[in-house]
Amino acid sequence: MAERERRMTRPYGGVFVPRSRVMDGDDIHRALRRMAHEVIERNHGLDDLVIVGLQTGGVQLAHALAAALEEIEGLEDTDESVSVGMLDVALYRDDIGIRPVLPEEVTEIPVDLDGRTVVLVDDVLFTGRTIRAALDALVDFGRPRAVQLAVMVDRGHRELPIRPDYVGKNLPTRRDELVDVTMSGVELGELQKS
Amino acid sequence: MTLTSEAGTAAVDTSRHLLAVSDLDRSQIDELLDLTDTFVEVGQRNIPKVPALRGRTVVSLFFEDSTRTRLSFDTAAKRLSADTMSFAVSASSVNKGESVRDTIETIEAMGIDAVIVRHRSSGVPAQIARWTNAAVVNAGDGWHQHPTQALLDAYTARSHLGDLEGRHVAIVGDVKHSRVARSNIEMFVALGARVTLVAPPTLLPPETGAWPIEVTHDIDHVLPSLDVCYLLRMQRERMDEALVPSIREYVARYGLTARRAEKLQDHALIMHPGPMNRGVEIASEVADRPTAVITEQVANGVAVRMAVLFLLLGSGRHRADPEPATDHEPESVTAPEAAT
Repeated sequence: MAERERRMTRPYGGVFVPRSRVMDGDDIHRALRRMAHEVIERNHGLDDLVIVGLQTGGVQLAHALAAALEEIEGLEDTDESVSVGMLDVALYRDDIGIRPVLPEEVTEIPVDLDGRTVVLVDDVLFTGRTIRAALDALVDFGRPRAVQLAVMVDRGHRELPIRPDYVGKNLPTRRDELVDVTMSGVELGELQKS
Repeated sequence: MTLTSEAGTAAVDTSRHLLAVSDLDRSQIDELLDLTDTFVEVGQRNIPKVPALRGRTVVSLFFEDSTRTRLSFDTAAKRLSADTMSFAVSASSVNKGESVRDTIETIEAMGIDAVIVRHRSSGVPAQIARWTNAAVVNAGDGWHQHPTQALLDAYTARSHLGDLEGRHVAIVGDVKHSRVARSNIEMFVALGARVTLVAPPTLLPPETGAWPIEVTHDIDHVLPSLDVCYLLRMQRERMDEALVPSIREYVARYGLTARRAEKLQDHALIMHPGPMNRGVEIASEVADRPTAVITEQVANGVAVRMAVLFLLLGSGRHRADPEPATDHEPESVTAPEAAT
């Protein structure tokens, strides 16, 4: 989400030119497994846990994290599973009307959030504004007991007092750089104006 | 009212307003209908409200009576957290002789972002759009247009039938005096449906020959092939104008009676813009069938109007910007696999 946000701020458009590969697919997988262990350790298990991926970059990661959690806790062959939701925060952004914002993907919270622990999942943590919007959105679905934040890449440059609980990789960046996260790896590069 | 004298005929920037279905191209219609999905979901939440249009002011300016459309727009604006002002003509200075233009300028001086207009004369919303910097949404003007009605009807039909390409839609009843019919004809044709008008000759407008549609006076002939049977309200004042001989005659020839409804395919939708005259254009038991999606149309109306207001006010697309963003979609980043 953070990177989509970058693409939509000025300069609009352009071509992402990758400069260096920071993580590969295996690294992503290992980071997710470590984060899954941390989630379980911190919450003493999976009771009342809901994983919520932020559209669009966090959704695939949220599903992968849930799968890792189920594997570690041995839920694969049982009826139990980890609840996974997804959230498009476009309507909660603080820059609506300042730059083009459109909700693009579905929001689906499968369970009542009252009293649950929510783990928000996003690909890149940058200014923190997306997470701010997500926190506002969550309270419209209920009152979670706690909200935790998992991101694959923390690239710094926070503009709000927001801090992740689980980080795949801390990646120092320049403001004008772009970070691209997929399940097959993380690339750092620049936006070349078209 | 001085609608034409000092009007000027400068072209209206239709991208900033929603005045007629014909102002929308296919991709804009699809975008609005897709966006409506988002707002239908918002309406199902515990708290069906999002902060998207905080600080924006939306005015309903209804020169003609309306309950459902006004409430629907009002609800839509409130669910987007916009401030709403309602302007009831009966309680306003219009009754003291104030012109439409002065009314608009007065309201605009209070600082508004959008104005929802209904008027008994065709073209008033377009005229207002020339006079104001606010976004103008046509909520029905004369016999001309009612674009949000057409959008909500298309959305409702699409949610049951999927793509409307090649689907057969009949619009039955008083087409001549109906802005709903004119808007829906354009909408369904734009979405690729085959449209048939069913009405007595006295209730058909003279211009049907120029439209890409079929016309028949025999409802029984078209019923078996329909995917959507769209009934228009039969206005009783038409009887006084002697356009139809009697209600009973109209029901016998054009009413969707229980017996006629049997001829419809099982999946065919029965739609009506409301308010219904049970026992006239639609039999009471037909209106209560599961395929009669009339209350669903009303529910979808709120979501469609949220989509319209959000696109006009909140998407950032129509800001008066010295360097308008033309290429802001994330798709414009053409890196392989960049769409995370």
